[in-house]
Amino acid sequence: MISHPRTEELAESVRLWIDEIRPTLDPRNAFLARVAANAMATIARELTLGPAADAEAVARMSDVLGHGGTYDELNTELCARIRSGELTTESPGLMLALQVMAKNQLAIDQPSYKPEGSL
Amino acid sequence: MEVDVRAGLQKLAARLGGEGATLTEAQRLSGGASMETWAFGFEGRDGPERLILRRRATAFDEETARSVSLATEAALIRATGANGARVPTVRHLCDAEDGLGEAYVMVRVDGETLGRKITSDARFDGVRPALARQCGESLVAIHKTTPPPGLKLKAVNGSEELDRYEEVYRATGAQRPILELAFQYLRRHVPDPVEPVLLHGDFRNGNIMFDPEKGVAAILDWELAHLGDPAEDMGWICTNSWRFGRPDRPVGGFGEYADLLAGYASAGGLDIDLPRVRFWQMLGSLRWGVMCLTMYLSWRDGVTKSVERPMIGRRVSETEADLVVLLEEGL
Repeated sequence: MISHPRTEELAESVRLWIDEIRPTLDPRNAFLARVAANAMATIARELTLGPAADAEAVARMSDVLGHGGTYDELNTELCARIRSGELTTESPGLMLALQVMAKNQLAIDQPSYKPEGSL
Repeated sequence: MEVDVRAGLQKLAARLGGEGATLTEAQRLSGGASMETWAFGFEGRDGPERLILRRRATAFDEETARSVSLATEAALIRATGANGARVPTVRHLCDAEDGLGEAYVMVRVDGETLGRKITSDARFDGVRPALARQCGESLVAIHKTTPPPGLKLKAVNGSEELDRYEEVYRATGAQRPILELAFQYLRRHVPDPVEPVLLHGDFRNGNIMFDPEKGVAAILDWELAHLGDPAEDMGWICTNSWRFGRPDRPVGGFGEYADLLAGYASAGGLDIDLPRVRFWQMLGSLRWGVMCLTMYLSWRDGVTKSVERPMIGRRVSETEADLVVLLEEGL
């Protein structure tokens, strides 16, 4: 991938431009522009933080399931085994895996959200 | 058909305030695409009046909708108000003569509804410690109201609510392990059914008008009223999605569980234990997560094209972060 500019820098440049023109917009469009700027920020965070978050999710899910695989394969199997009741809150490693995955995803999607407890 | 609301309000002023009453203000406040709120006022026969018009701007089918009609809303506000609940006074239920479609008029109540102001603004520092208890007391007057006869109110219990939201979740095709685990966990912890009571159905910080001196001023937004477990209303106001940055204060971001429960008991409500409230709180996080998924889908499927919708889909992770902690802690 080329680095001049990196993709997250492109996203960041669009976000900054949206913020610049926001004050000139009517209230409805100013609101939507803020949402759009947030979307660009999410894209930039996903590009920066996503690879490590995915790798960690794959590692944690592999631990719980006892074998490797792609993110999608492991996620599908994890969902199925939770749905069948085979995996529960008592299953070794499951809650830790889900905590790490939730924390990493929140850091990409909504870093300012303050969740329950001390996650 | 486009309705000229301003013209309608002028007619209403004459109808409510007497011949010659003239509109002194008319301002659209907010609301989504389907519901409009207007603040208006007039100088009438008996002096000035400051009112709120709530009207539906799109077609509505009470049989299939999750929400109730505005006529039902008005009837419930009147009935709960007569039973001592802190609600606005319904001034007028609109009919064909008004030309405003489905709508009703309330007397305006002063106060604050923005959740973050209630949890964090210094103006509420004095009254804030009293609010959770007041919310508990306020719910009793609602829950003890016998709904007026003839209203179409749906009844739901915990396991039916889980069925409904799991069906919606499955239909989205999303695969989210934390939501899966929450469905499984909650199914194993459904509380014993209780005699269904009248519920507000959307009792949370943001739908309650608070006064900085007196606390709860009026309970608003009745469109999701239904019959069910009283702990449902108590759990929803404890759901972290509505604590506005104060997860350390479980009730609405402003108060403690013990005060909510004590207020409820002291006003003569049923004895409700904390795990029952936490069941509904957790189901509240799950329900909000599933709703965020469906809002993304409404964009993907072309129902609405606003950028808002896919971004709401990225709020599912908020509910997952909450759910994983609740699953770890237990009810």
